[in-house]
Amino acid sequence: MGKAKRGKVVSYNKWGYIFLIPFVTVYLVFQLIPLVSTVYNSFFENYRAGLTQVGPNFIGLKNYATLFTNGDLLIYTKNTVIMWIMGFVPQILMSLLLGAWFSDPSMRLKFQRFFKTVIYLPNLIMASAFAMLFFALFADSGPINSILIGAGILSAPFRFMSNIWSVRGLVAFMNFIMWFGNTTILLMAGMMGIDPNLYEAAQVDGATANQIFFRITLPLLRPILLYVMITSMIGGLQMFDVPQVLTNGTGDPVRSSMTLIMYLNKHLYSKNFGLGGALSVLLFIVTGIFSLIVFRINTRSE
Amino acid sequence: MNTNSKTSKGLPVGARRAIAYAVLILMSFLCIVWFFILFINATRSKGELARGFTFVPSTHLIENMKDGVLYGTLPFVRGMLNSMFVSGCSAVLCTYFSTMTAYAIHVYDFKLKKFMSTFILAVMMIPTQVTALGFLQLVGKMKLENNFIPLIVPAVAAPVTYFYMKQYMESTLPLSLVEAARIDGSGEFHTFNTIVLPLMKPAIAVQAIFTFVSSWNNYFTPALILHKDTMKTLPILIAQLRSADFLKFNMGHVYAAVGFSIFPVIIVYLLLSRYIVGGTTLGGVKG
Amino acid sequence: MKKRTLSVLLAAVMAAGTLAACSGGSSAPAEKPAEEAAAEETVEEAAPEESAEGAVLNIYCWNDEFKRRMRDHYPGYEDVDATHGKIGDVEVVFNITPNDNNAYQNNLDETLLKQADAADDEKIDIFLIEADYALKYVSTDFAIPVKDLGITDADLADQYKYTQDVVTDSDGNLKALSWQGCPGLMIYSREAAKEVFGTDEPAEIQTKFSDWDAFVASAKVLKDAGYQVVSSVNDTYRVYSNNVTTPWVVDGKINLDENIKKWVDDSKALVDAGYAGTNELWLADWTKGFYPEGKVFAYFGPAWLIDFCMAADTEGSIANAGGWAATEGPQAFNWGGTWICGAAGTDNPTLIADIMRQLTCNEEIMTEIVKQDNDFVNNKPAMEAMAKDETYSDAVLGGQNALPLFCAGADKISMDTVTKYDQACTEEFQKAMKNYFEGKESFEDAYEAFCKAVIVKHPDLTY
Repeated sequence: MGKAKRGKVVSYNKWGYIFLIPFVTVYLVFQLIPLVSTVYNSFFENYRAGLTQVGPNFIGLKNYATLFTNGDLLIYTKNTVIMWIMGFVPQILMSLLLGAWFSDPSMRLKFQRFFKTVIYLPNLIMASAFAMLFFALFADSGPINSILIGAGILSAPFRFMSNIWSVRGLVAFMNFIMWFGNTTILLMAGMMGIDPNLYEAAQVDGATANQIFFRITLPLLRPILLYVMITSMIGGLQMFDVPQVLTNGTGDPVRSSMTLIMYLNKHLYSKNFGLGGALSVLLFIVTGIFSLIVFRINTRSE
Repeated sequence: MNTNSKTSKGLPVGARRAIAYAVLILMSFLCIVWFFILFINATRSKGELARGFTFVPSTHLIENMKDGVLYGTLPFVRGMLNSMFVSGCSAVLCTYFSTMTAYAIHVYDFKLKKFMSTFILAVMMIPTQVTALGFLQLVGKMKLENNFIPLIVPAVAAPVTYFYMKQYMESTLPLSLVEAARIDGSGEFHTFNTIVLPLMKPAIAVQAIFTFVSSWNNYFTPALILHKDTMKTLPILIAQLRSADFLKFNMGHVYAAVGFSIFPVIIVYLLLSRYIVGGTTLGGVKG
Repeated sequence: MKKRTLSVLLAAVMAAGTLAACSGGSSAPAEKPAEEAAAEETVEEAAPEESAEGAVLNIYCWNDEFKRRMRDHYPGYEDVDATHGKIGDVEVVFNITPNDNNAYQNNLDETLLKQADAADDEKIDIFLIEADYALKYVSTDFAIPVKDLGITDADLADQYKYTQDVVTDSDGNLKALSWQGCPGLMIYSREAAKEVFGTDEPAEIQTKFSDWDAFVASAKVLKDAGYQVVSSVNDTYRVYSNNVTTPWVVDGKINLDENIKKWVDDSKALVDAGYAGTNELWLADWTKGFYPEGKVFAYFGPAWLIDFCMAADTEGSIANAGGWAATEGPQAFNWGGTWICGAAGTDNPTLIADIMRQLTCNEEIMTEIVKQDNDFVNNKPAMEAMAKDETYSDAVLGGQNALPLFCAGADKISMDTVTKYDQACTEEFQKAMKNYFEGKESFEDAYEAFCKAVIVKHPDLTY
């Protein structure tokens, strides 16, 4: 097309719309319609009592009121955020560290390909299978306990699944193991894009590895870092499989590892489109707020 | 002198390297040990598994594979083909169209550009489970149950992948390149396919792996949509194996099935991972 | 150029779609919605000449237990593969959805609600239900009264009465039939009994567990000898919950029966004294007692627990060595059971009726089930004959014939207090009380958490 009369900017820019067609079409059908119906449903009483459909009856904000007065919502939000942070902080630190080592020419690490390949492997295991494995390993009569007792560290089995912090710790640890490779890969891709001349110049100026990392790598990594933080946070707020399988759906002890999505999942039992919809909307709002905070922090420090 | 000045500002390279190796070896161990445990467990019989863990493989691997997976009551081979088809298509559609979407936002100037980029970022924050109820209703109304379409086609609109592609393009794809292509008389679509896509290879490889793996391991949506045995994907079959009644419940079979289902992803990963770890850099154009 | 690329792309996308459809219906012509169930063969010719009834019998269930019963005991049934079989010209399709995360009921509900619009060969013909949620289906029109299928009172005369009461709706219509009775016993380890009490004779052990006070006293003796009386306090739950006087739900309000409260108090005492654990049923820590090194004295359960669940086929397990024995325990109780329902709208009523008759009313076949599978069948004369049969014994129980005990238990079962909320209440109550037993929270807090959890599952309730 551009052969005869190229140069009209407008004629190119219509391609922006054309290239967006697939995304927009699919989004509208498969995500926006469900989303709108979710929001719409949140204002209705709409569930199944056994096989009998109750509603939909318009009840305004009553579903939201129910969620807030019930009091559990705040606890589950707190649980989710705590477990996410417990897993995310070590994850991002480890990823940055590994990324820095891999991209630091002065380190000249051997077997890099091996290490880089290996770190992503845990992500290949289904979260539920991974949790199943942990559940067996850390059971009261499981191998970890027999090893600890055998080594004389413990005298009686430690009940990992009956202690708030050991359950949360295990969830966080599993998320850490499963996702740090993913994060490292993303960061490495970003780090390798940094102009090597910058490093050379810095080295000539006598900068230390630390200085190079904090003054050059980190600032230049910001777009990818932002991506990692936002997506990890969204993923964290959606935490489900790992605690679900590890605690057999209970979120115990005392529901201290019950996440928001586990709670939402419980509403699916009664096909509670009303309450479930309201919970979904709140979840969306919470995610939005957290994302905004991350964006804000990122742009302010610029 | 030179080394001295370095010590004053940080640890000497030798020490840092030693720490690095120690950490890397520890992390590698933590990454691989699970596969080892899975393998050991897959070689053990139901009775051996029930009586505790050992580090020595047993002799029941072939038996577990045969009875639990290959010739068992559930169609695992079919399930693997289903999983491959769904995950493969998802990965291709997702990366291709996400790149296209990112390209649209990155390269062109149009009235709705700002709106669209904000909009996509906003919808990224909607957890998939949030719309699950509505999605299920929709699938029911479209009569797409027991069909792969609702598992594959939505991958076209993947805000998270788009976001990564856009972030990547910002540091990789200079607009001058597109301009140059235009001067050479290349059509927009042609430019995208022949110039932009190859440049994006590392990013596409990364996201293809991520999409493939997450689709491969997805249980939530497929379990809601696929009910016919011949249509089921591996995670559903594994869940089914796990909830078999107690007479037949055999963790050895379950571990064998998990191992069976991990194998192909490892292959796909190793194939694609060379794009990630092989040193292809982000700044390809900048040289 | 670009146009061509676009069309190539479009073609690719469409091919992907077609492929998807193809791999959907295997050899069935890849046309859109009504994906043929798998009636790939000569269904169309076969159906009309056979009879007026449908060519496909769709059975919804959560595992392959029923399929094995059909395979081993239904005359004329031929096995095809893991989920298919044949009865004459009728293709039998087992639609198996696991119980995990309520998936079975979710799937069944969705399909039942669409039953009216479904093509004949897609319609559910038979679905299976369990005691804890039987009323959810029985109280609807989705289950056909068995009388309408042509099954008479005479056919049903030999069944245990309670297996019918549970599945009778408020208008007195019997809507499902079971081949099982599920009276439970206390199943204890002979080895441990000999070691601790000096005998493994059921009659003598019974005196040490004849009521709950004796139970606690013996638990102390066992503890001193290094045994837990039961693996988990949840083991005894069914014994208490089956002897309640009030249902879980009264007038839409959650109700705590005194006997359930007694279970809580007794269990708390057991846990505090270290006599029993708090493990959830079915998980590894619970099943450890199936092996001698697990140091568990007893489990409570019906026939299906003994023969299906206690790892009899696994070398080294107590069951494998025939090391269990059964006795009545403190109270008679019942646990579980699977019922067969005919689905409204089915096109195979005659066949359904015949399956019900053969598997749940035919004394000969049912005796065969007892002999082959050691199940406790829902047929009084068959069970009573077997109870007297000197030649019958259960290998898992070390040659004991426990059927007289089971029969005595079956006569005492009453299930007047069942509600359609029992499944949710039972599951959530055990989960919630675990926190109380372990001292993580007070009974009041645990009870409130329980109520909230039940209401999430049943928003129509209050507390």
